[in-house]
Amino acid sequence: MDILTSSISLGFLWSIMAIGVYLTFRILDIADMTAEGSFPLGAAITAHALTTGIGPVVATLLGVAGGALAGFVSGFMTTKLHIPDLLSGILTMTGLYSINLFVMGMANVPIAGTTKTMFTLLQIGDSTTTTIVIGGIVLAIVIALLVFFFNTEMGLAARAVGNNEDMSSANGINADAMKIIVYMISNGLIALSGSLMAQTNGYADISMGIGTIVIALAAIIIAEILLRHLSFGRRLLTIIVGAIIYRLIIALVLDWGVDPNALRLFYALMLTLFLALPLIQKKIAQVQQRHRNTKQITEENK
Amino acid sequence: MSEPVLEVKGLHQYFEKGTANENHALKGIDLTLDPGEFVAIIGGNGAGKSTLLNSVAGSLPVDYGQIKIDGHDVTYQSVAKRAKLISRVFQDPKQGTATLLTVEENLSLALKRGARRNFWSNGVKRNERDLFRAKLASLDLGLEGRLSAEIGLLSGGQRQAVTLLMATIKQPSLLLLDEHTAALDPKTSATVMEITDKIVHEQNLTTLMITHNMADALKYGNRLIMLDHGQIAVDIKGDQKKNLTVSDLLELFKQQSGAALTDDAILLS
Repeated sequence: MDILTSSISLGFLWSIMAIGVYLTFRILDIADMTAEGSFPLGAAITAHALTTGIGPVVATLLGVAGGALAGFVSGFMTTKLHIPDLLSGILTMTGLYSINLFVMGMANVPIAGTTKTMFTLLQIGDSTTTTIVIGGIVLAIVIALLVFFFNTEMGLAARAVGNNEDMSSANGINADAMKIIVYMISNGLIALSGSLMAQTNGYADISMGIGTIVIALAAIIIAEILLRHLSFGRRLLTIIVGAIIYRLIIALVLDWGVDPNALRLFYALMLTLFLALPLIQKKIAQVQQRHRNTKQITEENK
Repeated sequence: MSEPVLEVKGLHQYFEKGTANENHALKGIDLTLDPGEFVAIIGGNGAGKSTLLNSVAGSLPVDYGQIKIDGHDVTYQSVAKRAKLISRVFQDPKQGTATLLTVEENLSLALKRGARRNFWSNGVKRNERDLFRAKLASLDLGLEGRLSAEIGLLSGGQRQAVTLLMATIKQPSLLLLDEHTAALDPKTSATVMEITDKIVHEQNLTTLMITHNMADALKYGNRLIMLDHGQIAVDIKGDQKKNLTVSDLLELFKQQSGAALTDDAILLS
């Protein structure tokens, strides 16, 4: 039960990041590495703001704004400077490492127990329950806003750009601008996830972004394996489930006594497996079909 | 005399200019389209049809020359900017629609062609659906009940018909048809051509259609242009166009260019 509730609370926070990654990964069809820089950026800005006495809501929103700015930089590089999208993300991520250090002033910024955070706004039960409630509220707001936006005139245009750029331009859509907007929303959400993670963990750390995109992608792929072909809003909801399942798997693995140092290797192997799964399924189905076919032919020839 | 819809003046296009492979694709095209003209452009491979169309559409930057639409100089405008005046149907049915979006979402996108898109009003508005249903019904392909189907699930011909609707649901000054039936089977191709002709006449659209199909070029439109080696070799309009036959066309071509037409692709189609 403990594992379940803690997986739900962590899954909620991670799913905000996974939803952010989903926007670039599936709507724009880009694997945006900026994520690994904007996640700690959100944490760094919020932690710094909290220690200087700024209120938790404003501190969190500042983190989101920082992430959106990072997204703008990557979006600008890939659309206006024609730097390949994977490389743009890596460049921004690399630069952000230094920026995050500047913001934090050191590699780790603790958020003192007395400091107000998003999770001290409400006093309900233990810390896990609080994380679930606050995380749930933030998630609900995020999903509602996204579903609304991506069904507006502009949101529809953004989805069309990711799907078919020629058609979009021919219909007068400024494809570059739309891509940059999606980049900004995506990285704003990723920074939000990092910001909340720092507040629930009690510190921001320079290395907290490493491997995060793998975690986010795993949540997305689990969601897509569970249920295929969903509308946008339903897909976002299944990503939450995907993130929770992923946290559960990790928790169980750690419970079995796997060395925590091996965890990132495990993340990588698991995502590789998830990504290969559709192909494996197809191959198995093919082999089965051949088998049936051979059987039928031999029977007919009898 | 009304203002011409399209004016192309002294248009030259080069590929790989300054290299050993330099290809002078368009050699000084002068072309004026008056309102209501439906021009079919034919020519063999490498004659410059696509280069001309892409230059007008804006997907190919202009090397030399000027392009005006409705009197506006669009020579250096992006594709998206020109979309205010131009709409386009591509050769590949996949290219003209956003396949992951629904039929109504695609139509709504097209309805706002060239207009500002805001982030507070619905992309697909409730009152638009009646218009979409009526337009789809006019295609006679049974698509009026499939507003919320993903457009990728439609067949190539159906998709091309929807793309035609998208291109004309908001009246363009100039409609560009880029060999839009070439990827379809003969029967579907004929259906889409009939729909095209109907829409162009109903809305009295000024249209530039490039085609590989000589029969279509003779049957449809009120003006025919044949390109050869980047130049206009034949340009026929009005009654002369109406009574034109394939042999007339070949004779004309011979007179104009001083050589017999030898491109099999054109003769066979």
